[in-house]
Amino acid sequence: MEHLLALTVGTLFSGALFLMLSGELVRFVFGFVLMGNAVNLLIFTAGRLSFVAPPLIGKTGTVPAGPVANALPQALILTAIVIGFAMTLFLLILLYRTYAQTRTLNTRRTEFLSESAGDDTDSDIRKKNPS
Amino acid sequence: MKSVILKTATRLMIGLMLIFAVYVFLRGHHEPGGGFSAALLAGTAFSLLAITKGADHVRKAIRIRPSFMALSGLALAAGAGLPALFFGKPFLTGIWWQTELFSAGTPLIFDSGVFLAVLGAILSILLALEEN
Amino acid sequence: MLLKPPETEAVPDCCRGGLYSCLLPFGLFGLLCLAWPRVAGGAVFTAQWAWVPSLDLNLAFRLDGLSLLFGLIITMTGFFVTIYASSYMAGHPHNGRFFVFLHAFMTAMLGIVFADNLLLMFICWEATTVLSFLLIGFDHEKAEARENARQALLVTGAGGLFLLMGILLVKSAGFPMTLSLLGDSRDLIQTHALYPAVFICFLVGAMTKSGQVPFHFWLPNAMSAPTPISAFLHAATMVKAGIYLLMRLHPVLGGTTLWMSTLVLVGGTTALWGAVQALGPCDLKRILAYTTLMALGVLTLFLGGRTVMSLTAATTFLMVHALYKAALFLAVGSIDHQTGTRDLNLLGGLMTRMPLTTLAVAGATLSMAGFPLFFGFIGKEIMYAGALAEEIWPLFATGITLSANALMTAVAAIILITPFFGPLPAHLKHTWETPWTMRIGPAFMGLLGIVFGIMPEWVSKHLIQPAVFAFHPDREEIRLFLFHGINLPLLLSVVTLTSGAVIYWQKTRLRRGIGAATEKLWVTTPGLYQSGLTRFLGTAAAVTRILQNGSLSIYLSVIVLTLVLLTGSVWLPHAADIVTVPAVTGPYIAVGLFVFVLGAAAVVVTARHRLAAIGGLGGVGGGVALIFLVFGAPDIALTQLLVETLTLIFVSLILLRLPPMEPIINPGTPSRMRTLRNAILSAGAGLVVFTLISGVVGHPLDRGQTTFFETHSYLSAHGRNIVNVILVDFRSLDTLGEICVIVLAAWAGVHLIRRPFGQKRAP
Repeated sequence: MEHLLALTVGTLFSGALFLMLSGELVRFVFGFVLMGNAVNLLIFTAGRLSFVAPPLIGKTGTVPAGPVANALPQALILTAIVIGFAMTLFLLILLYRTYAQTRTLNTRRTEFLSESAGDDTDSDIRKKNPS
Repeated sequence: MKSVILKTATRLMIGLMLIFAVYVFLRGHHEPGGGFSAALLAGTAFSLLAITKGADHVRKAIRIRPSFMALSGLALAAGAGLPALFFGKPFLTGIWWQTELFSAGTPLIFDSGVFLAVLGAILSILLALEEN
Repeated sequence: MLLKPPETEAVPDCCRGGLYSCLLPFGLFGLLCLAWPRVAGGAVFTAQWAWVPSLDLNLAFRLDGLSLLFGLIITMTGFFVTIYASSYMAGHPHNGRFFVFLHAFMTAMLGIVFADNLLLMFICWEATTVLSFLLIGFDHEKAEARENARQALLVTGAGGLFLLMGILLVKSAGFPMTLSLLGDSRDLIQTHALYPAVFICFLVGAMTKSGQVPFHFWLPNAMSAPTPISAFLHAATMVKAGIYLLMRLHPVLGGTTLWMSTLVLVGGTTALWGAVQALGPCDLKRILAYTTLMALGVLTLFLGGRTVMSLTAATTFLMVHALYKAALFLAVGSIDHQTGTRDLNLLGGLMTRMPLTTLAVAGATLSMAGFPLFFGFIGKEIMYAGALAEEIWPLFATGITLSANALMTAVAAIILITPFFGPLPAHLKHTWETPWTMRIGPAFMGLLGIVFGIMPEWVSKHLIQPAVFAFHPDREEIRLFLFHGINLPLLLSVVTLTSGAVIYWQKTRLRRGIGAATEKLWVTTPGLYQSGLTRFLGTAAAVTRILQNGSLSIYLSVIVLTLVLLTGSVWLPHAADIVTVPAVTGPYIAVGLFVFVLGAAAVVVTARHRLAAIGGLGGVGGGVALIFLVFGAPDIALTQLLVETLTLIFVSLILLRLPPMEPIINPGTPSRMRTLRNAILSAGAGLVVFTLISGVVGHPLDRGQTTFFETHSYLSAHGRNIVNVILVDFRSLDTLGEICVIVLAAWAGVHLIRRPFGQKRAP
């Protein structure tokens, strides 16, 4: 079962990378979200899959009654999900800013590559000190 | 958004979602749930409110500034680590007060900090987007 | 420079906060004075706190004679410089920052001299480097100040790296990092194979900091600092750090032929070079900077010796120099402050206008020239005695000392006579004396030069001898007297004064000759520095142009290609042994979910419209959440579902404001080729990831951590949900870090949204 999931993760990775490489930033974000899912699944797989009870301790015992799923990767993934979410938000806002500044989201367009006037602090310095 | 159905449904659902968020938050220590899930749930509720009724409504509902909420969440979470120092234990070690009825500990404060930080972060972006 | 009209002189404006901050150096000075009698009696105070014991890095401090001498000089100069600067910097927009830097710098310098741990000393050493950068470049609006600050930082910073290398070499050879213990292994260190390397590293560190030829050029340029800073850097701190290092390491590394010959040669060259160059410039501050070079050279020269006599000479001259140099710098600052110029050609006759400053300068210059009854005379006597007592090339040392001193005498005469005597130029008619804050420092230190000159015995017993004993094992007593009788040193003193007078008389001709000779030098270290820097920056720019060409796709392709080629080439040959054919045993619903997720992903990849892609993403997220649920992870399933919902909301909110997607394949072959290339690249990366995970799951799993969490979750942390307990209790520090990231991302995002369009950065 792990191998099947590994195959799924690998395929997800390929798809995510393909989107990210496309050079268009909206696709990049979609690829980024896919990649986040793939990475979470990767951690999950590495912690082994088990078709058993969740890592909870019953109302009576002090330790889990039977075999439970591996709790450690779950904790890691939980934080990874939320961080991934925050990063996605940030990326989306970055996209929004980029579009507002350059009027394009295609990284191959010349207006994307040209330095935008508002962001280049170096040119500010150069203007101040012509020397 | 002007959809009547969404507006009506939102009015009904927001209360439920927020109550559910509190529930998820409180049960987190023993059952699935916790600060992260609760914050995301509350964030969804407020997003719905912001979309249907506008950002002002959200601002009125939460009363404090979202950035302040996020920062106080961070402070609360970091502060939850301090009591351990007085007991000579490493920073953020859980300290518990146990009575016969219930037991409470610093992890609860920490989780509240997580809740506030995540909710504050979501809300600050949401409101910034809606108001721009 | 703040040139004030004379009428404001009646109300001496002064930076109050700065003035009160002189309590810090004063308090430290007082504390040192309390310890003084016992330290002079041979006691050693130590204090130690553990910092990083595994690195042998401890907050170990030690107060012995040598650190006491340095500490007294640093705090006393710091005290007067602070008082002085409170007027000098009054009205400067950044004077608050100035005093913070100044005191931080003083503290770092004290750290160097009190540290008993080599690594701790290195940290303070680097702190002085960074702070001196800030101080030299204090007038950061001037391009010249920035340039000079950078030069000082690069030169002394590079030297600092050598020092670190030396320290690490000592450590790697298995010696302790504690300075006071290091002396015990002297013989082991000096016969160690690494000794020459260690010596070179420490020497380069000391040479860069103390401005020895060929690393001297940053020091005159550092004159772009405000004058109080120059006084502090030159008299007591920064440049003396290298001298201190040599003194402190003398019992460990010193006394070998290598040590003696190198130091005598380097010191001698620097002394002569500095003394000759001091005749050249017309800027008073630059002249003083070159005399500092000379002094540092002479100090290094004497530290090359290993007799008590030559070390006493070094220590005595250190004090002499600290006193007169601080006084002179402050006085020159006063001239500058009152007249607006430091140019010798524009100055003259100030004696009538600034009488007390004149007296202070007279005291300092006479000490510098070594007139009898002044402390400098004592210093010069012992210097000649020390030079004659050198074990290596005593004649060379004596010759250098003699010529350097003669030149110094001439320079002292120039500094005293030109600005203060003679007719008063018309443009200086309205010059008046400085406020008391700017007179007290030079006057007091000029006075000390006379007091110490009259009672040298007391000074040698209570200050110099304890300092020398701290870094020399022999307890040979050398007392300084006002008059040693008619002997060779006295004779040499007379020769010095006479030849100094001759040089002063011929100064114009000499100046011209020096200028012509300097121009003829075809290779100079400042030139090498400049061309090296230009080339370095050029190379950096060229490399940046290639690596950072601005194309996101190329960056990403390089990263992916590296992953595929490096990981793939190492891993894939082994993968075949480990990776088995996927065997389907588990719940079949999971297989269905995998297929569902892949289908949804395919929708995202091939989508032509945003809505389809968003829908596909939702499908992937939901499918992944269900996978988590199936395999016993309700917590993350819940979180994943909630995050999916919120992502959906935000993606829609933002994408509404963005243009529609462009088709992935534009008509035209280059685009088709690129898509094919991207597909191959990402397929390769996917293959590597797949085989890697398969390899990982082929290994046995260590559930030790999980078992710990399972057994302690309820018993120690009172929680039945193990995942949540890990998050908020066992690994809460990680969670704290994580929510910090979230809040930071949100904060940055909010400011990106709110920032007005097309507007420049706020000034």
